[in-house]
Amino acid sequence: MGHILKNRILKGVMTRHIDLDLPQEIELCGGELLQIIQGTFGRSLNIREVDTGSCEACESEIISANNPIYDLQRFGVSFVASPRHADALLVTGPVSKNMLVALKKTYQAMPEPKFVITCGDCAFDGGVFKDSYYVEGAVNKILPVVLHIPGCPPSPLMIIRVLLSFLKCRKYS
Amino acid sequence: MVCSEIILAVKKLFPQFSVISCEENYADELIMKVTPQIFKEACLALHKILLSSVVMLFALDEREKTGKFVVNCVFLNLRQSKWITVSIDIPSETPYFDSLAQNMYSSSFFEREIWEMFGIEPKGNPDLRRLRLHDEVWPQGNFPLRKDFTKKVEGSLGEYKFSRVEGKGIFEIPVGPVHAGIIGPGHFRFSVAGEPIINLEQRLGFTHRGVEKLFEGRNCVEAIRFSECVSGDAAFAHSLAFALACEKICGVSVSGEAAYLRAIFLELERMYNHVNDIGGIATDVGFSFPAALSAIIKEGILQLNEKLCGSRYLKKINLVGGVSLNLDENKKNSTRIFLKNIKYDFSELTKILFSSVSFMDRVDSTGVLKKKTAKDIGVNGLAARASGIPVDLRKYFPGVYKEAGFKMAIEESGDVLARLRMRVSEFKESCRLIEEFLAKLKNGEKINFSPVLKEASALGYVEAWRGPVLYWLKTDSRGLIERCKIVDASFCNWQGLSYAVLGNIVPDFPVCNKSFDLSYSGNDL
Ligand code: SF4
Repeated sequence: MGHILKNRILKGVMTRHIDLDLPQEIELCGGELLQIIQGTFGRSLNIREVDTGSCEACESEIISANNPIYDLQRFGVSFVASPRHADALLVTGPVSKNMLVALKKTYQAMPEPKFVITCGDCAFDGGVFKDSYYVEGAVNKILPVVLHIPGCPPSPLMIIRVLLSFLKCRKYS
Repeated sequence: MVCSEIILAVKKLFPQFSVISCEENYADELIMKVTPQIFKEACLALHKILLSSVVMLFALDEREKTGKFVVNCVFLNLRQSKWITVSIDIPSETPYFDSLAQNMYSSSFFEREIWEMFGIEPKGNPDLRRLRLHDEVWPQGNFPLRKDFTKKVEGSLGEYKFSRVEGKGIFEIPVGPVHAGIIGPGHFRFSVAGEPIINLEQRLGFTHRGVEKLFEGRNCVEAIRFSECVSGDAAFAHSLAFALACEKICGVSVSGEAAYLRAIFLELERMYNHVNDIGGIATDVGFSFPAALSAIIKEGILQLNEKLCGSRYLKKINLVGGVSLNLDENKKNSTRIFLKNIKYDFSELTKILFSSVSFMDRVDSTGVLKKKTAKDIGVNGLAARASGIPVDLRKYFPGVYKEAGFKMAIEESGDVLARLRMRVSEFKESCRLIEEFLAKLKNGEKINFSPVLKEASALGYVEAWRGPVLYWLKTDSRGLIERCKIVDASFCNWQGLSYAVLGNIVPDFPVCNKSFDLSYSGNDL
């Protein structure tokens, strides 16, 4: 306990003290994101993530988007443990045959209204794995995808940016 | 150990032993061709002599050329830093070979893999359930790694049989494949009596993408980019192992500056993953403050990676024949400064963890993997070292690590705490190593050589952060890949987890799991 307190007092708010070029953009995009989420989704957007056969770098970046530097959660976007709590499904990976049923079931378990986002080139069209005998390929052939976050893997900043621009146009449409 | 020595040694244990041929194409590899009849005895004798588990066992479809299948079983001779392969030809009608699994558990999963992918039966293996091609979606009798496999699959579907523990008061908890966190998919079935776990049945393969087949037919110089997508958090190690295999085939030896650069990036990969795991262990016991601190350190390293090479996950650095970039003085200096700061943060992190009694109580003597069990099932890499088995490819195949005075960390207790301590010591050692390597970079040396493609086969290996990553590669005369066999440390270590959780309570499973932190994608391929 002593250590933690000492650390906390010495360091203040950690995110500011760490010397890791925190792009200003995060704060800017994040602020806007927060407003949109508060308006459209009544305070929060809950996302359930499903890996359908990714190489796990995409997962790592989604986790990074939630780390104390980017802290996506402070803008109202949280990742939830159950599809029952989710507004959106975030899918990574090229959909291995083994994951097809699990992916569909997870989607079915979500309450309406719901939408699907894909993350990473694999989920878009199978990416580097698209010619495989064991891959279903594009998620949008299986579920109604409304948004894609490009990259291999997309950086945390990319994830935040794409989410923001999407939510913006959804609001006005 | 040269051919004659090893043949003599095997003969002592198994007098009928004889070889058809024995080749030493590279200084660190020895291949003995034997008849299928003596395959099993020969492997068991080698297992006894070398004290090595089966590190790789895989098949090749050579029916177009020779009308035969080939099965290779690879052992590791640590004392003499050599990979020893026993190879057999198998006739193509009703192909089979004698299973080693009853005598060496470490071969069991490899045999199941050969069975499902090639339809070569390991006779005598009591468990032929498929690992990656799930019965519910892939009919029996379709073998994707055979050369004449077409994408058309036929047959009726089946169902996977879980092994069951039955008895009064025993119940089963199925978990997955979709888990609560942001993590890969896998199915775990716990049998519990009261609180303690008495059996853990794992069913993996959910991220199977047919990676090995996708390598086939590609030009090996270009396929290196694909190797970065096999297991994203070990992208550098995978591409390095792939490059090393290609370089052996092409006769290029990468040394000096390029080798230092590779070592630097390999250690950076180790660092961000180790600190990520330390944070994961803290998260899984509900200790969020150090978890946040580790996430900050990890993010710092990822950003450093990006600054140095333009990729947070160290992609696009390795080439067949060298590396694509160098570090100028500026980059070197900023790395040095970064390492200095990160060391301070890291020591704070460990202080917080190790001085918390409730944290120590959760990790100490939790999830013990005994040395004997680890040896029997062929656990390797960090998990093996945490259980007191001194294996680290950086020590036995040192290369540039020798000049840097690499010290291998080892723990005895095999519990979560031991694996945590291992990560802490390896993180610090990596920091030191990078500083050493940075000092050795001279700038101006040539860092890549053009490879000459030819027909050959070779093994590339790297001690990645989880443990060894092995790529066995065979190319044709145009440099196109005929077969690429990948073994990630996770493939052997998932079994270790099954044993480590026995007797622990279900709520401790996440922390045991995180202490191993195995790859789904590297295992499922
Ligand atoms: S898009 Fe790239 S990083 Fe993401 S899962 Fe696919 S290969 Fe991995």
